[in-house]
Amino acid sequence: MIKAILIFNNHGKPRLIRFYQYFLNMQLQIKHLCTNKMAEDMQQQIIRETFHLVSKRDDNVCNFLEGGSLIGGSDYKLIYRHYATLYFVFCVDSSESELGILDLIQVFVETLDKCFENVCELDLIFHMDKVHYILQEVVMGGMVLETNMNEIVAQVELQNRMEKSEGGLSGAPARAVSAVKNMNLPEIPRNINIGDINIKVPSLSPF
Amino acid sequence: MALKIVKGSIDRMFDKNLQDLVRGIRNHKEDEAKYISTCIDEIKQELKQDNIAVKANAVCKLTYLQMLGYDVSWAAFNIVEVMSSSKFTYKRIGYLAASQCFHEGTDVIMLTTNQIRKDLSSPNQYDTGVALTGLSCFVTPDLARDLANDIMTLMSHTKPYIRKKAVLIMYKVFLKYPESLRPAFPRLKEKLEDPDPGVQSAAVNVICELARRNPKNYLSLAPLFFKLMTSSTNNWVLIKIIKLFGALTPLEPRLGKKLIEPLTNLIHSTSAMSLLYECVNTVIAVLISLSSGMPNHSASIQLCVQKLRILIEDSDQNLKYLGLLAMSKILKTHPKSVQSHKDLILQCLDDKDESIRLRALDLLYGMVSKKNLMEIVKKLMLHVDKAEGTTYRDELLTKIIDICSQSNYQYITNFEWYISILVELTRLEGTRHGHLIASQMLDVAIRVKAIRGFAVAQMATLLDNAHLLTGNTQRNGICEVLYAAAWICGEFSEHLEDPMQTLEAMLRPKVATLPGHIQAVYVQNAAKLFATVLQKHEGETDSQAAQETSQLLIDRLPLFVQSANLEVQERASCILQLVKYIQKLQQKNVEVAEEVTALFAGELNPVAPKAQKKVPIPEGLDLDAWINEPPSESESEDEKPKVVFAKEEPKHYRSRHTEVDEKELARRREVRKQEQANNPFYIKASPSSQKVYDAPGVEHIPVVQIDLSVPLKVPGMPMSDQYLKLEEERRQKEKAERKKKEKKKKREKRGKGRKADSGPESEEDITPAHQVDIVTEEMPENALPSDDDDKDPNDPHKALDIDLDKPLADSEKLPVRTHRPEVLKSPAEDRDSKSVPQETKKKSSKEKKEKKKDKEKDRKRSKEEKKKKKKHKEVEEELLESQPEEAVQSEETKEAAAPPTSTSAEEVTAPSSAAAVDTSSAAAPESEPDEPKDTEPEDTKSSKHKKKKQKKEKEEKEKKKKKRHHHHHHHGDAGGEDSVQNGTVEEEEPLPPMSNYSLLAENSYIKMMKEDAEQVYDIQGNHQDESKVVVSVIFENKSDSFLKSMEFNVLDSLNSKLQRPEGAGPHDGLTVPFQLPPGVSNEARFVFSVQSIVMPQKLKGTLTFIVKSDESSTHEKLDFKLHFTCTSYLITTPCYSDAYAKLLESGDLKGSSLRLEGINMPFHHLLARICFHHHFSVVERIDSCASMYSRSIQGHHVCLLVKTSDQTVSIDAKCDEPSLLGNVLDEIKQTFSKC
Repeated sequence: MIKAILIFNNHGKPRLIRFYQYFLNMQLQIKHLCTNKMAEDMQQQIIRETFHLVSKRDDNVCNFLEGGSLIGGSDYKLIYRHYATLYFVFCVDSSESELGILDLIQVFVETLDKCFENVCELDLIFHMDKVHYILQEVVMGGMVLETNMNEIVAQVELQNRMEKSEGGLSGAPARAVSAVKNMNLPEIPRNINIGDINIKVPSLSPF
Repeated sequence: MALKIVKGSIDRMFDKNLQDLVRGIRNHKEDEAKYISTCIDEIKQELKQDNIAVKANAVCKLTYLQMLGYDVSWAAFNIVEVMSSSKFTYKRIGYLAASQCFHEGTDVIMLTTNQIRKDLSSPNQYDTGVALTGLSCFVTPDLARDLANDIMTLMSHTKPYIRKKAVLIMYKVFLKYPESLRPAFPRLKEKLEDPDPGVQSAAVNVICELARRNPKNYLSLAPLFFKLMTSSTNNWVLIKIIKLFGALTPLEPRLGKKLIEPLTNLIHSTSAMSLLYECVNTVIAVLISLSSGMPNHSASIQLCVQKLRILIEDSDQNLKYLGLLAMSKILKTHPKSVQSHKDLILQCLDDKDESIRLRALDLLYGMVSKKNLMEIVKKLMLHVDKAEGTTYRDELLTKIIDICSQSNYQYITNFEWYISILVELTRLEGTRHGHLIASQMLDVAIRVKAIRGFAVAQMATLLDNAHLLTGNTQRNGICEVLYAAAWICGEFSEHLEDPMQTLEAMLRPKVATLPGHIQAVYVQNAAKLFATVLQKHEGETDSQAAQETSQLLIDRLPLFVQSANLEVQERASCILQLVKYIQKLQQKNVEVAEEVTALFAGELNPVAPKAQKKVPIPEGLDLDAWINEPPSESESEDEKPKVVFAKEEPKHYRSRHTEVDEKELARRREVRKQEQANNPFYIKASPSSQKVYDAPGVEHIPVVQIDLSVPLKVPGMPMSDQYLKLEEERRQKEKAERKKKEKKKKREKRGKGRKADSGPESEEDITPAHQVDIVTEEMPENALPSDDDDKDPNDPHKALDIDLDKPLADSEKLPVRTHRPEVLKSPAEDRDSKSVPQETKKKSSKEKKEKKKDKEKDRKRSKEEKKKKKKHKEVEEELLESQPEEAVQSEETKEAAAPPTSTSAEEVTAPSSAAAVDTSSAAAPESEPDEPKDTEPEDTKSSKHKKKKQKKEKEEKEKKKKKRHHHHHHHGDAGGEDSVQNGTVEEEEPLPPMSNYSLLAENSYIKMMKEDAEQVYDIQGNHQDESKVVVSVIFENKSDSFLKSMEFNVLDSLNSKLQRPEGAGPHDGLTVPFQLPPGVSNEARFVFSVQSIVMPQKLKGTLTFIVKSDESSTHEKLDFKLHFTCTSYLITTPCYSDAYAKLLESGDLKGSSLRLEGINMPFHHLLARICFHHHFSVVERIDSCASMYSRSIQGHHVCLLVKTSDQTVSIDAKCDEPSLLGNVLDEIKQTFSKC
């Protein structure tokens, strides 16, 4: 089982978080004192800790990590890949093949690349929802749903087409508004200097 | 500026979308929190609007904010609203938000059930898909129960896209609603062969997850998976299957043997590293499972190790890491094949990657031997010095200690060396593991008697140089070693060269800066030292020195009396008073040393870590019962002082004080203060010291930090390195000497000191530097030697340990939601629907009971059921009217059959066939009113029966006991005469001998025989729940060695469980209560509890034992299979012919028959066999026809009518449990097919 998927950038800013299991502070869990706020705090703590663990590792060391204290237990492992400015971290238990998950991350990133056409961090920043929808076609409830990239892309596109046929989220009224909104207001992303944030997708390793 | 205002108002007028929100947050880096809070206010406004598009947009933004750590649970209801939108776009947003922030505690989830059901059955596959995806994240037990059936239907959806999602989500459903596993499993299994690879992969995925936790329930799927493995080309699927096999092989070694070849082929053929790695892993698992009793598959091991070496040598760090990981698995069973790669592993210790270093460290653990331990530890010590990060250094430290202390210090040949290693480790600054080192010191000093002198000397130096260790008490965990040092010096003070000096060191004012629990030990052990010093001085009749010592204590102890730590204070004041009293006596020239030492007399032995758990609970003690009702709200608990040692090292801690709560202590202190105030002899504390009580702790005491740039070297301490050299020399010498000596002698010596399992043979030649006596740990009386690996009771997978091969019972069907309860159905319809599933008829009464329980649980359902029952009763009454005639008829026929004088066989068959007709005609109406059968009429009847039977049973038990005795002595030449006692026994021919014992398992050491006729009995009045079966097993020692520590263990099935004493875990074995000298056999009995008795049972078990001969002792095991036949659940119960006739005519029994051809034994032999092997008693015998009766432990009646003519035996049988009857008949058939 995949317990959690975290994507954050080199500074630890979360770009996507997806927990398939609720991690709560054990002590609080026992005392039944958990509130929603605590669940959220715990998630943030996990992100921070994971970032702390992952960020201090060189790029040429192995991609497996044990011993996060929050996503605890000897059964758990962090498997991550680092692409340009982004870390893709999967927290898995021992039923998953380590190399398999590494390949899955690759598949996921390549799928993102296809869906966003040259994916970069900005795509993830502004389209978190779409990234989620893509991820949902790869992993469901913590289990690998599909690994065939073409199949994933096809399903995502079919759903996007459906959304378009419905007029999208910013349907008729919003579209009228957007004309007003975009009256040359200087806040289009190109003004934000982020540098080279293109994710370079290396060629697939043999699987 | 103006533009900005316009923009702001537009923003407020027209909703921000997600992109705007993100942009906004990025533009407000300085006051992000403030900006977001205004955004949340806006979102709240948006959510109040009626427009669903606006709401969806708001929810989408909330999802983003949730990621940033904002609590959005307040919008849960709005999320549900968006989820229920008819548009896919909004629905998807809603489900995404729900999957991100709903969890089991979210109360609105229960509102979603219908919406989700609607979406699941939507014609649009993406609506369904989105609902499934969302549900997979927030499914609750309620949702799982209500939707299980809908999802199961989706598993057969036409679209593979839906099928695979439905299959995957079933795993989550199983976790939350375990009852759904059995009904859904057949379909899940079907999906393993789905034409769509995605669906197939999903099914494999789910079953792998399930099987990982409860592998034994999935063994039956092995052939299917085997087929998949050899046919599939999908690496994902292959990896999963191969991983699954890794989990299955330990349970079924035959599977492993089959796997080796295809896996080896895969290893050779695949180019995918991930697949190769998993193959190697599973081959290792197979080899581990085969390692016992099978010839070594050395070729496979070589292949694995070789492949792993390639991985480890790879430049890819990932492969290196995994190679090491897999290597450590091989290490456990085939250490030698790994040890040859020591160079490689030591090399990995220098890797820059910490993960790899840690893995290499793990491997080292198994690679040490007596020969290389010192060398390896030396290398590790170098790493300790080099390691920069404290975490890695701490890891190294624990590993060193682990390696050295493993299996009872097996590899340590020189304990002096070990102690000096430990002392060297104390030089580590800032380590968290001070207490670990301390506990090792204590353990070694206590358990290795020979080392005490050396240890005490070392500890005394440590104490003397304590200031070097306590640089910064607050932060530094290393001062914990002083705890050990003080205790060792005190407890073994007789070894001290200069106790006076140590005593002084322990009473230095500086000690007061140490943590409280260490000070307490100091004080207590100062008293011990004092006793030793006194004795020494009095021995030399140096009363002057003795008095000086007392004065020293009296001078120094008040410092501790003022301690803020309660324990220090208590101990100090107690000892101070004592010393003052002693001083008084000394002044009168009274010899006191003897009495003072008596205070601390007695040897301390280590206690086994599990000892506390193993103390059997005395009878009649209920640990859960309240002694006093609990107080309403507990006091603040956070102030509880941290008892480091009491918790972590229970074995070293003398529990001299009972735990008292804070309140009680405070009370006592008050009392003491008052007493002190009233006591004229008490020296009242000065006002300044009184302050200490109020001060929060020792933090206020100024601590001077010692800055040491030079590496610490405690003067006068031997360096561990010296030992390496010494050891080398010693070994050289010994080698020369050894040739002269006999090997046997040494072995004997070692056998005493060590545990039975010794290290690899090659090392046996190395003797310890000095003979060490490792004191074994103490266990409480009556404790059972066993290893309980307590499973987490909260593990959701525990509930999924379900036998999947049992046929489905009606009660297990998934709840199907219908709009109206079934009351509306007409009775006729109902009857039809009842008669359709054939299983209903076959239901055992037990299952019905279960159903009843279910009903109690679910009131709604039970109401419906009751209504049904009413209907049924009516139906039944109608049917009953037609019955009396038949009953009369059968009574008449019975009367005809009753007189035993009748001679013709035909006459006897007549009534029975009539009865058969009778019952079969009765069976027809029975099938319809299924429910009422287990209610009043039968119950009342059977309870009458029961009472009678219980009496009979008691008699029978006594008889059986006699019989058993008989068997026990004669080993199987028991005659049948007492078995046939109830019938008419004619002395026609002597009966052939019949053996009641069958071979269970055998190897070169031991032979296990099982008595076929277990003594069965049941707990009275507890028929349905559980029955007990006693199995007698004869153990015969065939070897010429002594067998001991025999442990009998059986893998419990759902139905049959070995009865273990209270407190034992479900996997613990039972100790056989005797030992076997060569050639001796003895019998042991084991009690099993059995739930359902209608099917025969096979239980796998193992007997482990130690074979002890003069030269060595080895651990052996023997696997066996216990076969519980259905006959073994029958009790020979006498039955009188009239009761028998009544039973037959009651119409409750269902019939079945059996024909045996080619039996040419006398009829009475035949009967005797049935009686003997199958526990029947003869009711009546008329020539070549006999009626027989038996009763099961759960009260099922079994009636036989046996007829013979011309080598053909026909048996007509009746029983109220058809499957039981079927099995009994099969077994009878088998008995006769053997002869």
